[in-house]
Amino acid sequence: MTNDPARQEIETPIREFIASSLLYSSEGFKYADDASLLREGIIDSLGVVELVEFLQKQFNLKIEQQEVRPENFDSVAKLAAFVRRKNGLPGGA
Amino acid sequence: MRFSKNALALDPARETERIVGFLRQNVRQNMRRGGVVGISGGIDSAVILALAIRAFGAAKVVAVMMPDKDSDPISERLARDLAAKFGIQPLLEDITRALEGFDCYRRRDEAIRRVFPEYDAAKGYKAKIVLPQDLLEADTLNVFSVTIVRPDKSDQTLPLPPREMLEIVAATNLKQRSRMSTLYFHAEARQFAVIGTANKNEHAQGFFVKYGDGGVDIQPIAHLFKTQIYQLARHLGVPEAIQKRPPTTDTYSAPCDQEEFFFRLPFEKLDLLWFAQEHQVPIGETAQVMNLSEVQVQRVFDDIKRKQRTTEFLRLLPPMMDTPPAVSA
Repeated sequence: MTNDPARQEIETPIREFIASSLLYSSEGFKYADDASLLREGIIDSLGVVELVEFLQKQFNLKIEQQEVRPENFDSVAKLAAFVRRKNGLPGGA
Repeated sequence: MRFSKNALALDPARETERIVGFLRQNVRQNMRRGGVVGISGGIDSAVILALAIRAFGAAKVVAVMMPDKDSDPISERLARDLAAKFGIQPLLEDITRALEGFDCYRRRDEAIRRVFPEYDAAKGYKAKIVLPQDLLEADTLNVFSVTIVRPDKSDQTLPLPPREMLEIVAATNLKQRSRMSTLYFHAEARQFAVIGTANKNEHAQGFFVKYGDGGVDIQPIAHLFKTQIYQLARHLGVPEAIQKRPPTTDTYSAPCDQEEFFFRLPFEKLDLLWFAQEHQVPIGETAQVMNLSEVQVQRVFDDIKRKQRTTEFLRLLPPMMDTPPAVSA
């Protein structure tokens, strides 16, 4: 996790969405940003669809089905890098 | 162990005897006098019918065909041929009216129309939901899309948003649950058991509806891979046309095979890869035998694990709590 404010513009809403909408947790997102959402059982196939919808609305993206793969969706860090890449921001490599 | 492409070869005669014994013992133990089987014209229910007749005799087995208005007419024809081959008269229970009573079609079609406003079943539009294909080539996650087939046969596919996905699946699951209720009517009216038709692929990867086709009294082939079901089918004399039919969901109005709906890979490959994973065959050896890359093998292993984990709740009994602690006086 980082305290860099620019980074938190993307990571924070993703963490909050996963905690509130997928984990039904009032205590926030307790995992590391590189924790595997799939392996830890944090998201299932519905969760993936909800994440797609959330990212599209929150970050004004158009996500294609072939982009919905573990390398883009398996952790908060990967999701944030994916969003940055889609928006042409630094840190999306 | 040594892994080869023959790893799933069965001794079909011996396995038949084992299953027949399992059926007799468990059905008798539960004070049931025979079996009810829903026959769809597919390979699994065909094998189950043949096994049930071996276990209980044709007089103690009821075969029920339960089409609805979306079913492919070929299914009923194949089911009738099957019943004739094994010497029983099948019952026909068209569940369309029951589904209309549940508002199944309206609920499903409204959800489809929110994605495709032009969709109109009355004008000949058909629809299905599918997962991404080419699991070996791309590690895409299991996210459903909806495909419509227009009256002019052109088709179009769009991703399903969460609400529409849930509503289409929930409405469609009314079909399997209506069939389950129908089977239990016939079973209870005769003190028979409802015999499940799920194979290992369906049961362990969660390709069934809880309290729908998963609502049964006994699961005699849930330990067998799909390719092993075909071996039993040949041994039991299941009609050739059923053996040759590609496995279909026969649930959506547009034709939809099980590979595009759920499994994402032909069973000949999927079953062997799954077997290798279960038996902890090294990835390198698996890849070599299957003539695949290690990356491809890993993709399939990951997909199997994901499906097993995310469908775990389908296989669980409802959790219950312990007796409350005693209150001290």
